[in-house]
Amino acid sequence: MSGVEEKGAVSPPQEGAQTGTEGTLTQPLPGRERSAPRLLAFLCNWCSYAGADLAGGGRLQYPPNVRILRVPCSARVDPAFVLRAFRLGMDGVLVAGCHPGDCHYSKGNFYTRRRMAVFKPWLEYLGIHPQRFRLEWISASEGRRFAQVIREMVAELEELQKQGELPERQLNL
Amino acid sequence: MRRVGVFVCWCGSNIAKTVDVKQVVEGAAKLPGVAYATDYRYMCSEPGQKMIQDAIKEHKLDAVVVASCSPTLHETTFQRCIADSGLNPYVFQMANIREQCSWVHSDRDLATAKALDQTAIAVGTAIKGRPLARSEVPLTKRALVIGAGIAGIQAALDIADAGYPVALVERQPSIGGRMAQFDKTFPTMDCAACILTPKMVDAAKHPNITLLTWSEVEKVSGYVGNFDVTIRKRARSVNMEKCIGCAVCEDKCPSKVPSEFDDGLGTRKAIFRPFPQAVPNVPVIDRDNCRYFKTGKCGVCAKVCPAEAVDYDQGDELLSEKFGAIVVATGLDLYDPARMTEYGGGRFADVVTGAQFERLVNVGGPTEGHIVRPSNHQEPKTVVFIQCVGSRDDTKGYPYCSKVCCMYTAKHATLVKEKLPDAEVYVFYMDIRAAGKNYEEFVRRAQEELGVKYLRGRVSRIYPEGDKLLVKGADSLAGVPVEIDADLVVLATALRARDDVAEVARMLSIQTDQYGFFSEAHPKLRPVENIFAGIYLAGACQYPRDIPDTVAAASGAAAKVCGLFSRDSILSEAKIAEVNAARCSGCLTCKEICPYDAIEAEVITDRMTREERTVAKVNEVVCQGCGGCVAACRSAALNLRGFTDEQILAGMEALCRE
Repeated sequence: MSGVEEKGAVSPPQEGAQTGTEGTLTQPLPGRERSAPRLLAFLCNWCSYAGADLAGGGRLQYPPNVRILRVPCSARVDPAFVLRAFRLGMDGVLVAGCHPGDCHYSKGNFYTRRRMAVFKPWLEYLGIHPQRFRLEWISASEGRRFAQVIREMVAELEELQKQGELPERQLNL
Repeated sequence: MRRVGVFVCWCGSNIAKTVDVKQVVEGAAKLPGVAYATDYRYMCSEPGQKMIQDAIKEHKLDAVVVASCSPTLHETTFQRCIADSGLNPYVFQMANIREQCSWVHSDRDLATAKALDQTAIAVGTAIKGRPLARSEVPLTKRALVIGAGIAGIQAALDIADAGYPVALVERQPSIGGRMAQFDKTFPTMDCAACILTPKMVDAAKHPNITLLTWSEVEKVSGYVGNFDVTIRKRARSVNMEKCIGCAVCEDKCPSKVPSEFDDGLGTRKAIFRPFPQAVPNVPVIDRDNCRYFKTGKCGVCAKVCPAEAVDYDQGDELLSEKFGAIVVATGLDLYDPARMTEYGGGRFADVVTGAQFERLVNVGGPTEGHIVRPSNHQEPKTVVFIQCVGSRDDTKGYPYCSKVCCMYTAKHATLVKEKLPDAEVYVFYMDIRAAGKNYEEFVRRAQEELGVKYLRGRVSRIYPEGDKLLVKGADSLAGVPVEIDADLVVLATALRARDDVAEVARMLSIQTDQYGFFSEAHPKLRPVENIFAGIYLAGACQYPRDIPDTVAAASGAAAKVCGLFSRDSILSEAKIAEVNAARCSGCLTCKEICPYDAIEAEVITDRMTREERTVAKVNEVVCQGCGGCVAACRSAALNLRGFTDEQILAGMEALCRE
């Protein structure tokens, strides 16, 4: 746990009870809201990533808490990546692919759907609140939906944070 | 350790407005593995690219990260740039800080933090990246054009003229599409048939074009240069070789049904050609409406046919063909005015759509070109046109402008004035959008010389009064309500995506926009290509378009196909799966799940035990790089080049850096 203490040293003074458990993960930039939950989104290249680009083209605003990782297909996302993201301190993980039947690789998202159905109950077993993980289908035409999903998920994470469901961040991997 | 160069783009003010670019550069410079970081106003411009190339030499960079727009836009630009300075194009990563950051956030600090994080992910991924190679794959120099309206015909002719074989597939019995239904074309007023039918004949006679009418594409697999396509040639019930096109069968057929070609205004027979100038000039039997097929009794057409061409036993035929490129030219559908209940919702015979009016005014149409009221076949004295029915209307229709209605309404109004000079003609409009060569002049002529009365305003209601239709609207320029006793009302209905667009998109694995129109690879710079290599778009399947725009797009798509076919081979995907045979247990789960059958079993001699065992092997030409097998592999023997486990984990770790 020494790592956590060291990081405590570079953090600016904490405000409030909640933030005491937050914000030790990254080198903060000035003004960064350190208590905000962080969301990692794995987006399939053909639908969901393009949907996120479309949201950009339409200037649809959504919370800046999300970080995006592009994968060719949602089927590329090994459930182990999701676990690793949680271990690394992400508060939420989104996996998004094409709508079932619309996969660019014809059936990749069917595999994703089955894998994640098996994987999700595991999260609870591991003590990770199931709302911290989401699988969504977002097509290239659904910029609006992408923005909506991010808004929803960030709101949910904020709620979980209030309830104390988001754990203290640790980097001792 | 790699020496990564980070180049952060301002994109003019697109990024710099919300992201503090300097701060991203400072932050990036401190990331492990980053040897150099800088920024520039337009990284994709020539000086920007030179900056990258100079930095590669000066700082001995062996991997490059560009933080700018979406990789969809400029990934290949920068890959080419770094390849020119001797680096492998795959030791490159892009951080999307425009579409997915500066454009969607407004808080400068938070957007800057996100931009730095996205850059960190790219740096982490780049550090673990490896140089990749692509192998050469032969290609089939044969094009498939789906849809034989003016777009499909033009694209097919251009490709065929360049010397490449083309299959032109059309689901109707004849080629020609929407344009064949039109009477005159704006702004020149030459007749649609006079400019279209010669092209239809050219397409039919061209030695490089195979026409497949009454046919549909059923299945598409494969990739650029090597598509495997299944085409269903529906049973025509008429032998195409024997038929001499005399149309005696049509005359004698006893079953009459509303004609689709005449938009329900006229009738056709159960054995029919949509119109007399059909290409090919061979009828089909509409089996759903044919007495012989429904009751087993009739057979008149077979009896009267002098060529013995009618063949009731003909079945569907499935053709399996190989193509190198596909042009999608599937056209559009029209807004259903039944949704406009205030305009009668299709209940009033004398309220017609623009498409129906087109048939009404056409010499080849049900009235032989006489403009009459469908209810009583009398000439109308007052004709009211209503524009934007379903267009620019997000409550009952579509928010977009259908682009062609202002012009065709002006054309229709002109035709009424030419054929019935004493008729009163009114046009209700929201705005006149007449951008195009000689378009504004054309509208002005209708208004000023022909005396068509343009009223700016909407119509709130239409209802019958006596044998007339009372049109209640407003003239918003005069600020007064208007009531017109009309004999005929013509609705300029919105143009919309085809009903079955989702199925077509799924079959081709291509994307549509929120309205169902097919998406371009880039709306401005790659307007006739789909993001899926080898698939090109033409015409109104992309957006409402008029004829000149459609023909231009079709020729553009054809030029792209010819460019592709001018090469003797194409390069395979670089980002494909690979097997670590030492780890592979030979369970072949990957083989089961591969959508492309790209994985096969291979027997190798184990290096340790000297015994033979089975492992998976990836066919590098067939693999498309989805990575489904990688996540499925129990022994972590598979990996996806360019998206390796190591790269993805490194990206995540860089994101969650201290």
